[in-house]
Amino acid sequence: MAELDTSSGGGHKKGPGVKKGKKLSTRIDLTPMVDLGFLLITFFMYTTTLAKPKTMQINMPYKDPNILDSTKVKNSTALTILLSKSHRVYYYEGIGDDPTNPPKVEVTGFKAKGGIRDEIISKIKAVNALKQQGVLTAKDETTVLIKPDSTSTYSDLVNILDEMNINDVKTYAIVDISPVDQGFIQATEQASGLVK
Amino acid sequence: MPKVKLPRKSTNIDMTAMCDVAFLLLTFFMLATKFKPEEPVVVKTPASISEIPLPDVDIMLLTVDPKGRVFFSIDNKPMRKSLISDINDERKLGLTNDEKNAFAIGPSIGVPFSQLKSFLAADPLTQKQMVTNAPGIPTDTSVTDPNNELAAWIQNARTSNPKLRICIKADGEASYPSVQKIIKTLEGWKIFKFNLITNLKAVPTGTAAYTLQQQAGKAK
Repeated sequence: MAELDTSSGGGHKKGPGVKKGKKLSTRIDLTPMVDLGFLLITFFMYTTTLAKPKTMQINMPYKDPNILDSTKVKNSTALTILLSKSHRVYYYEGIGDDPTNPPKVEVTGFKAKGGIRDEIISKIKAVNALKQQGVLTAKDETTVLIKPDSTSTYSDLVNILDEMNINDVKTYAIVDISPVDQGFIQATEQASGLVK
Repeated sequence: MPKVKLPRKSTNIDMTAMCDVAFLLLTFFMLATKFKPEEPVVVKTPASISEIPLPDVDIMLLTVDPKGRVFFSIDNKPMRKSLISDINDERKLGLTNDEKNAFAIGPSIGVPFSQLKSFLAADPLTQKQMVTNAPGIPTDTSVTDPNNELAAWIQNARTSNPKLRICIKADGEASYPSVQKIIKTLEGWKIFKFNLITNLKAVPTGTAAYTLQQQAGKAK
């Protein structure tokens, strides 16, 4: 391979008295070259980005101060999710706009089982059942209102948006938290003994 | 008993084959590589099941670190050059041509306009140190607020390249209000469609998304 056959096949063709020039081997030691090759491979492996980062696309609702809010979410299709500190998730049915009849607020978290996902799934089922009963029209869809409060983190937001994708919820919105909702969080915190 | 003499074999191995393999791999990595863009801060993005890859060109990247500092960068050198010229004219920063070039080839920006000139005038090593202490680009929820410098950056970047896609790369530990300010700023400029950069995680089995994925797999 890396050597050339330079021996003249033995035998003294030039006769016994003729001196032969010393044959130098053309065999090259390739080890340093291999070393260099692997060094460069290592360099490229470290600097490369083979796995391209993934993105999550978000469409926020079109907002214009000149256009009044015409769409109103139906109470029966809505699920409100409040994100709060320590990755806690508070949720209640409906949009919670009736001060005389405050919704029942529950606390949960992001878990594969028994977390917010189960609640979303059961909500979807409930809305579908209402559709079959004819209470809701086919146009109505489960609507999730996401209200992150100021103590929640970005990972909470991504997690909840991810839950929307996981459970195939088509209609959801990120909404600013209201003082009423913050009151719900505090009341639930105290009721469930999360803060003393 | 006569000693059995083992024939002495040469310890020289033919390296040619190994060399071939090494260089083959090297060629592969050289062609497949795309250098990691220099990141101003270490950001650990949260994971999601979304599989949309990040587009290659026309990206505006807004990085948010765990402390909520905002860094701004766009790709494409000529675009950066025209952006800094626009910013310079608008804000009367008095940047020299060298400083503009420094912006065009430089890293992400995480300083307010008041510090921009001194940041760009510094050499790359000092810049790196300045980045660690940088306060981040001032943001606010309203685009009309004069302190919302991010709004000015976004507006000018969009005029120099209307095709820009806006990507937010925020750390999972960043507080929601810091991200909310960016989203509000984008909304203020009537940008309602943007991307959040996330890591990939597996779709949980038994969920609606899992069923959709299975159906898509069968359709193929």
